[in-house]
Amino acid sequence: MARRTFSIGGVHPADSKISRDCKLEYLPIPPTVYIALSQHIGAPAKPVVAVGDKVKAGQVIAEPGAFMSAYIHSSVSGTVKSIGPRKDLSGNNQMVVEIAVEGDEWMENIDRADNLVTSIPDDPKAIIEKIKLGGVVGLGGATFPTHVKLSPPPGKTCEMLIINGCECEPYLTSDFRTLLEKGEQVVVGTALIKKALGVAKATIAIEDNKPEAIEHITKVVETLKAKGPEYSGIEVLSLMKKYPEGGEKQLIDAVMHRQVKSGGLPIDVGAVVDNVCTALAVYEAVQKNKPLIDNSVTVTGECFPKQANLIVRVGTPLNYVIDYLGGVPESAAKVISGGPMMGKSIANLEAATMKGTGGLLFLTREQTKRMPESSCIRCGKCADACPMGLEPFLLNRLAKAGDTDALEANAVQDCIMCGCCLYSCPAGIPLLDVISQARGQVMGIMRARAAAAKAAAEAAKASAGS
Amino acid sequence: MDKILVSPNPHIHSKTTTAVLMRDVVIALLPAVLVSVVFYGWKELFVLAVSVISCMAIEYLITRYCLKKASTLGDWSAAVTGILLALNLPSTTPWWVVFLGALVAIGVAKMTFGGLGQNVFNPALVGRVFLLISFPTYMTHWEIPQGLFGVDAISGATPLGVIKEGLMQGSTVPELMASHGYSYSQMLFANIGGSAGEACAIAILLGFIYLLVRKVIKPWITLSILGTVAAVSCVFWLANPAQFTDPLFNLLSGGLLLGACFMATDYVTSPMSTKGGIIFGVGIGFITLMIRYFGSYPEGVSFAILIMNSTVPLLNKWFHQKKYGRA
Repeated sequence: MARRTFSIGGVHPADSKISRDCKLEYLPIPPTVYIALSQHIGAPAKPVVAVGDKVKAGQVIAEPGAFMSAYIHSSVSGTVKSIGPRKDLSGNNQMVVEIAVEGDEWMENIDRADNLVTSIPDDPKAIIEKIKLGGVVGLGGATFPTHVKLSPPPGKTCEMLIINGCECEPYLTSDFRTLLEKGEQVVVGTALIKKALGVAKATIAIEDNKPEAIEHITKVVETLKAKGPEYSGIEVLSLMKKYPEGGEKQLIDAVMHRQVKSGGLPIDVGAVVDNVCTALAVYEAVQKNKPLIDNSVTVTGECFPKQANLIVRVGTPLNYVIDYLGGVPESAAKVISGGPMMGKSIANLEAATMKGTGGLLFLTREQTKRMPESSCIRCGKCADACPMGLEPFLLNRLAKAGDTDALEANAVQDCIMCGCCLYSCPAGIPLLDVISQARGQVMGIMRARAAAAKAAAEAAKASAGS
Repeated sequence: MDKILVSPNPHIHSKTTTAVLMRDVVIALLPAVLVSVVFYGWKELFVLAVSVISCMAIEYLITRYCLKKASTLGDWSAAVTGILLALNLPSTTPWWVVFLGALVAIGVAKMTFGGLGQNVFNPALVGRVFLLISFPTYMTHWEIPQGLFGVDAISGATPLGVIKEGLMQGSTVPELMASHGYSYSQMLFANIGGSAGEACAIAILLGFIYLLVRKVIKPWITLSILGTVAAVSCVFWLANPAQFTDPLFNLLSGGLLLGACFMATDYVTSPMSTKGGIIFGVGIGFITLMIRYFGSYPEGVSFAILIMNSTVPLLNKWFHQKKYGRA
């Protein structure tokens, strides 16, 4: 049988999962944590603690600032030292709550026992409420507040829940280790999300470079299916390894053979996609009352002496993580938060981890070297690689000419910033650099136009009414 | 670690550079080069050497001294043009004719447009067609040596030339095929007279498969050319086998395979999209056959490719890849 995958584009970088055999390990608690108030898509959370307050691990320190926002909890016990700006990993100021750690005291209602709770609550609303109170956000990269995602707008129904276990970024292994070591919790979490959405079918999609995970999760699903009807309809699907399979749009195409229209949402085609680590966080929030205060982080790179998959408290300074494993190696030239294809290069190692931090990758100058730029040879490799079916060579040319109309007509706004074009360009042309800038510009124009159209429509309605 | 590097994603590269791709094309041409040297001997080696060295030297001199830029020889594209030009010439071509061909190929067809990536027409083909029109005697004189590096040689015309000539004198295709002893196995494996690179179909196909395996090119353009030639010639041949050559003969004779596998698939001068590539290929196949059947030249692959090269900007404008989530 042909290996299943998404239908357009994609590339095959070496997967370099050198940390795949490193078991999940709890990182010791740092002396101070810096918990950002904006670590999700949407409005920043509003702090509800004051300097000098004593907090426990799992205690709410900030409440959602809007509908699209999330609760934030203290990841440690201790005293709030300050609330104010601190530089994030790009060097930009972000509001953070600084907490000096004292002991490790948790909120009383958190169940810290290891036993697996498999019974699924009957009320979907109660599940979503607990997810919201747990501050769960999407851990696949976008940090979209999960409770918002699980409340589809009226008129839209979910037909399939997809749990994303692709981990298609090279090097990263935290999802893989979570599947192997916390597979039961992930599957219970899947059943919880399934129940919350009221959907009959759920697919846990895993790339076939992780056969152990596929085998293990298949077994877990079989065992849990005996526990109750809430577990029926959960399937494990093996997908061909190809980047960016874990991209939401690509995964929906691979699993459901449906494509989300430009500007649309997965729910428009009946899909909801959540990462395996999100499923785990849902399990912990709903079954154990444990909010999202720690997450797994892969620390890796050929030049890094000690590979690891760590469970890190939210707000742990990056250099604390790195020093625990022996410090920054001499040969490293770049440190990346996330994977090598879509990760962000870190300018400030004093920044702290956030809920969505999934990996710290060290690359040498040689590994991350950009090719010297030469003439486009019109080979079309960028267009073959683009998983959105765009033509990066053309977008690059149009962007240089500043032709925003043509850029929009050629769908620059559909770019998902996966990096396949620049990765494959034999002439080393900085395609994505140019395209992402043009994309921002075009999206700004489109937003302005939509706002103007809305205002005009309202004005017309008002004048018709008078 | 003294300085921390910060740059946008992606942070890694496939390491497949222009030079790697072009080197793969050179490797893919090696079977055809080897066979041509075995068949045509030292003379062919000399033509190859003159062509490659001239192409590289001309490109170097133009980039360094006219454009005042860094040398582009490292991208291997001049070497590819040199080899392709040589394979498109008879082994008996005098060195100064080869040099003129290289001068037109690199100097006129490539560098005046701005170098690699900018040219509209395939440089090696422009060089060849320039020579074909300017020096028809040299370009249609084929010498077939007897045995490996043999000294005794017989001169002759290509099968396509023989048939064109014969038909004009009133013979029929089957008579001509029989009287010259052309067989398909001979055309597939051995030397039948013609440009050096046209000597052995198998050698060209080997190179083509290598390019496919290495994912340097996609097969659609080539398949579209060969499919069109086969289909269209089949119609004519079935209608009148006395006047028109059959599909297999058309596929294996002349420069069709070399053109379809190595010249029409040139990145710079072929369409970007699959659909555009297929239409490009249909055009090349059709024009080739029309020239062979009705034109005054016995062979039309070079002209067909050059004509279709000129349609590429339009094909790129009209045909795009399928986009995600858009009808």
